[in-house]
Amino acid sequence: METAVPIIELVGLGKEFKTASGPIKALEDINLSIEQGEIFGIIGLSGAGKSTLVRCINYLEVPTSGKVLFEGRSLSAMTGRQQRMARQSMGMIFQQFNLLAQRNVIQNICFPLEIAGTAKKDAKKRAMELLELVGLQDRAKAYPAQLSGGQKQRVAIARALATNPKILLCDEATSALDPNTTKSILNLLKEINKDLGVTVVVITHEMSVIEAICDRVAIIDQSHIAEVGSVSRIFSEPKSKIGRQLILGDAAEQVVGFGNSKRVRISFDGRSSFEPVLANMILACKVPVNIIHAETRDIKGTAMGQMVIQLPEDEIDANRILNYLKTAKVPHEEVKDYDF
Amino acid sequence: MIFDASTIDMLKTGILETLFMTFTSSLFSYLIGIPLGIILIVTDKDGIRPLPLIHKILGLIINLLRSVPFIILLIMVLPITKRIVGTTLGAKAVIPPLVFAAAPYVARVVESSFKEVDAGVIEAAKSMGASTFEIVWKVLLPEAKPSLLIGAALSITTILGYSAMSGFVGGGGLGDIAIKYGYYRYETEMMFVTVAILVIIVQIIQEAGMKLAKINDKRIN
Repeated sequence: METAVPIIELVGLGKEFKTASGPIKALEDINLSIEQGEIFGIIGLSGAGKSTLVRCINYLEVPTSGKVLFEGRSLSAMTGRQQRMARQSMGMIFQQFNLLAQRNVIQNICFPLEIAGTAKKDAKKRAMELLELVGLQDRAKAYPAQLSGGQKQRVAIARALATNPKILLCDEATSALDPNTTKSILNLLKEINKDLGVTVVVITHEMSVIEAICDRVAIIDQSHIAEVGSVSRIFSEPKSKIGRQLILGDAAEQVVGFGNSKRVRISFDGRSSFEPVLANMILACKVPVNIIHAETRDIKGTAMGQMVIQLPEDEIDANRILNYLKTAKVPHEEVKDYDF
Repeated sequence: MIFDASTIDMLKTGILETLFMTFTSSLFSYLIGIPLGIILIVTDKDGIRPLPLIHKILGLIINLLRSVPFIILLIMVLPITKRIVGTTLGAKAVIPPLVFAAAPYVARVVESSFKEVDAGVIEAAKSMGASTFEIVWKVLLPEAKPSLLIGAALSITTILGYSAMSGFVGGGGLGDIAIKYGYYRYETEMMFVTVAILVIIVQIIQEAGMKLAKINDKRIN
């Protein structure tokens, strides 16, 4: 995987929109590479630029600076026709599903095949296969208006996969769905990635989506990439302010206002979560600590945890704990109020 | 007033002339109006292929034509009418001015139907690599079909209304009869009868359009 050409590479990408009140930079200096076969997440608050970013990948939005490389070929160097051909290798699904309301399920799935010039008979056969893949064989003749949100998204997924794309772009694909449906759609995406080897790019504002299926994640904030890394790394040690905010959520705010003594964040990676780190520490140091925030998450089968503790006011006691953490090689860092 | 055989014959001819004028003009108006509507929507600044200059010029021409009152237009285009149909009298002669008046109207009606098509669906088609032509042919037209049918009922009834004015230039049809009898001869009964027939025709066209739209709309089932 490391030796292969990344399926998507964004180099110094920027996008500026001209508005009545002057230009607005939606994206600035974005550098990312998405590897073949991975599930890559892009998370950010609304207005961070993530939707624009995903549209730059298939040139629905043409970037104003920088390059998009699809399998090493620059999209800007392609003719309009070549760009449309490249898009046939990139499926896309949307928050609002965007199915053709006047076509039934099977006709919707056949739509990209019609554009690709596939013979009608072959298209229909392929559409039926896909319908089976997404578990909707019995709804072939239904119209979108007769389907639930989850079913619509399944049809949209089948449609996006019709032309055998190498990559599937998902723009807030589960944001309009309830939690259970979200889960089943995410599982479907995971299966597609595993069984068909399709690279998946997921745009979301929900950490739970990233946590559920992504291998790597990029956090985007105010038009820039704040940090990129494996999901387990970012969840255990978010480096950026926005990363902490997204992962700790409201807990980050609760910490504020707890007196002035030092606060330390302890990260539990897979190994240490099986040891009673905190209990051992308290026994060894004979010093009480105040637990301000704690959580564990299951990421790809390993427990990942976060804990923010408040150290005693007494500096000697506090240092004793810091030394213990250091010698026990527990990943930790000091947290300052303003840092949240 | 007596409704003898000749009166009934006259009304029959009137109905046929009116229907002929209305449907022939509607057909030509749509043949011109649909492409114009497509150009308007495609070249819009948020359209599939924004071309602001073309959009502005076309919009201006359409607005100009639409601001001329039909009765004036009828007279203004007489030379063109003569060249196209060879006469300036009768039902045939009313068709060119009707098309001149209705095509820009139809273009706007068609444009507004296309505007109702979900932008997300067009974006999805683009993401599949559809060309501008494919988006127009496979997305805009079929997705806007119910709305286009409702628009057609509106346009046809409007054209029917315009055609009634043709009486002033000897154009024939029910409007002509109404004006001749009601306005020049003070035979108000005859005027009411023709108006009643016009009302019924409008009603039928409107209902048929709505019904067709409903049958063709897969969003409500």
